[in-house]
Amino acid sequence: MVRRVLSIQQQDFDVARLQQELVAEEPEMGAVVSFTGYVRGRSGDREVSSMELEHYPGMTERSIEGIIDQAAARWPLLGVTVVHRVGVLTPGSRIVYVGVGSSHRGSAFAAAEYIMDFLKTGAPFWKKETGPTGACWVEARNSDETAARRWRD
Amino acid sequence: MIKVLFFARIREQLGCDGLEIGFRENMANLAALQASLIAAHEPRWEQVLNAPNVIRAVNQQLADLDHPLSDGDEVAFFPPVTGG
Repeated sequence: MVRRVLSIQQQDFDVARLQQELVAEEPEMGAVVSFTGYVRGRSGDREVSSMELEHYPGMTERSIEGIIDQAAARWPLLGVTVVHRVGVLTPGSRIVYVGVGSSHRGSAFAAAEYIMDFLKTGAPFWKKETGPTGACWVEARNSDETAARRWRD
Repeated sequence: MIKVLFFARIREQLGCDGLEIGFRENMANLAALQASLIAAHEPRWEQVLNAPNVIRAVNQQLADLDHPLSDGDEVAFFPPVTGG
């Protein structure tokens, strides 16, 4: 089983520290690809003043564990870190970090994208945006489904 | 006892984040449980729980309406996910 760190948390995270911990004590790790997602201050035509993230404690963790297992079955990974924030976040805040370490860059790039694609379409999180005209739940995007589906075809 | 959880838009539309319901023989599957939830509440529960994009889980795994249930299961209803 690939070494992994998984955290669902309210507090912010330090990308440099997460990456350092991912690399530590893995002499064969020659490549780390990391993705950080941020809260946008604008969503289409709507201004966003804050975003609230809800999750399903228990199922969210299980579902991300499953996505990591799937990625590790496809590529020779040496370490995976996934941190996802919940609660109320303001524009510019970090939401999600995915870091993937491997011996070479190809599998690290591919697995990072794979994990993000399935995290967006499979892990139970929900976003609610608040703007000048009130609050509304973010709708699921077809483009996210398409991104995840291409790994299966 | 079946533990039922509602998340996000569905939780708000029902005004309920969850409930516990005594397990009965007629709750053989998820569809039957959903029917008894609808029967026990106001009409808006039917609209909300029968909406085409509702996602359901049993014991934290995605499940279809014909998924069998047993006493002690945890069932959840939620809208399409939007994390990341």
